Amino acid sequence: MATKASRSAARVMIAPSVILLLGWMLIPLALTLYFSVLRYNLLMPGANPFIGVENYTYFLTDPAFRDAIVNTLLLVGGVLTVTVLGGIGLAILLDQPMWGQGIVRILVIAPFFVMPTVSALVWKNMFMNPVNGLFAHMATAIGLQPFDFFAVAPLASIIGIVSWQWLPFATLILLTAMQSLDSEQLEAAEMDGAGPLARFRHIMLPHMARAITVVILIQTIFLLSIFAEILVTTNGGPGTASTNLTFLVYAESLLRFDVGTGSAGGVVAIVLANIVAIFLMRMIGKNLDT
Amino acid sequence: MGQITLHRVTKNFGETEVIRPLDLTIEDGEFVVFVGPSGCGKSTLLRLIAGLEDVTDGRIEIDGQDATGVPPAKRGLAMVFQSYALYPHMSVRKNIAFPMRMAGLDKAEQNRRIENAAAALNLTDYLDRRPGQLSGGQRQRVAIGRAIVREPAAFLFDEPLSNLDAALRVGMRMEISELHTRLKTTMVYVTHDQVEAMTMADKIVVLQHGVIEQVGSPLDLYRNPRNLFVAGFIGSPKMNLLTGEEAERRGAVTMGIRPEHIAASPTEGAWRGTVGVSEHLGSDTFFHVHLEGRNEPVTVRAGGEVSMHHGDTIHLTPDERRIHRFDAQGLRIQ
Repeated sequence: MATKASRSAARVMIAPSVILLLGWMLIPLALTLYFSVLRYNLLMPGANPFIGVENYTYFLTDPAFRDAIVNTLLLVGGVLTVTVLGGIGLAILLDQPMWGQGIVRILVIAPFFVMPTVSALVWKNMFMNPVNGLFAHMATAIGLQPFDFFAVAPLASIIGIVSWQWLPFATLILLTAMQSLDSEQLEAAEMDGAGPLARFRHIMLPHMARAITVVILIQTIFLLSIFAEILVTTNGGPGTASTNLTFLVYAESLLRFDVGTGSAGGVVAIVLANIVAIFLMRMIGKNLDT
Repeated sequence: MGQITLHRVTKNFGETEVIRPLDLTIEDGEFVVFVGPSGCGKSTLLRLIAGLEDVTDGRIEIDGQDATGVPPAKRGLAMVFQSYALYPHMSVRKNIAFPMRMAGLDKAEQNRRIENAAAALNLTDYLDRRPGQLSGGQRQRVAIGRAIVREPAAFLFDEPLSNLDAALRVGMRMEISELHTRLKTTMVYVTHDQVEAMTMADKIVVLQHGVIEQVGSPLDLYRNPRNLFVAGFIGSPKMNLLTGEEAERRGAVTMGIRPEHIAASPTEGAWRGTVGVSEHLGSDTFFHVHLEGRNEPVTVRAGGEVSMHHGDTIHLTPDERRIHRFDAQGLRIQ
């Protein structure tokens, strides 16, 4: 890419893909912004007058909005905590030499290949159902009252289901990080008098820091938009107890047919996602530097 | 203090015998080098002494105390690894401090020892860098520094110079030797490079297939190799080993003569041959000579500026007093 001619040729050649990508991103964004300033309800066809920020005011002052924000953060935070801690533990266990290692590793990774709707339904109907579920049977077998997961602790139950889905991802990434740790470093630490805990704290954990950062970043992106698991289990309820921002946008635009407010919610979600992203990059981005 | 004694030590990996029953005493303050081809068990032996591997059978004593079941950190030994095994996320200072931190030494004493080690190893300017920002030789010195500050009974080196380039290797060889004269601590050093073994060791242990072939001082091994393996392994270039009529005439199955103990002349000598490859090093010239009726070329060392070339006829005369004779089992005939 040294000469002028080759540089301009390169520009011409990458232009189609750049234009395509820009259009792909900008047209939906522009449309969403446009819809968000219109009174646009599918139940009231006819004129869609411009109403300025009214949709935003309506969406942001909705009591459900505050709940949705809190639920979104709890969901992301809860799943991240469970998957990172569990992932570190499982990665260390799976890194030990043992019989049937290959099969065990495949089994551990399996949940990741189950579709979100399917795994949520399996959990809802086969495990957490207060009458037929496995947990209910186990509770009655030892004489306890069955626990009605989705009625009593809807958000915690969803956190459990989503964690089950994402634990394999965290485990996989952290396991590869563990395997890339030079065994001589561990031996050197052992010679230096570090016990198992000190070795974990001073050698393994710093070695995995970058992988943990990657896990947190990637998972946050996906967890902010959790939707299917909520739809098939609690439908956001009871009340708004398990409604997150994605689900609230869905409820506005497709349950109340209010496209305008839904679009405004979508824009708010984009802004919030970017705020979270900036915070994350600030907090842990420095791990990726060195 | 740092006397290490091995009694009938054995190590098996599954069915494979890596170390056959083996006895060895390493005296306090000695520089002992384990040398042998790759796969001979020398690194395993070092790791057995360090405690990173469990012995299958036998006993290891350090300073007269049974250390067979003692965990590595409690043996009072420090090890320098082939890959240096520095902790990449810690600065040089923290790397060196790590063993003392684990031992719970107070900060002032830690700093004193770090400063001393850094001064001794020319690391003072690099204390706040990370290992990734250091050159190979500096990393090597950090690894040694981390070993020194523990004030161990003995140092264990596992092929520490094999990742360095040739020039640095010569320099580090000197530094380690100097360190040994200064500290007077026992050092056990593993290498596959017989030049390192010859230049550094007080005592060389030659290993092959998990068996000690010979133990002795460098010159002892050079002068009196106990068998064909040691004869071929020690010395560079290798000793010439001849079988057949020449050997039988001297009452041996195999006779050995080192390249430096053969006189070369263009006109007269005991053996006649033609010059094959010649290596001119300036100080020395090595000729690979094809003797009449022999497949294996004989290596000969001649003076630096001898002018003989490929295809020339050459006459060789071995120094009869320096000929080594070996029997059918490959053992030396006195």
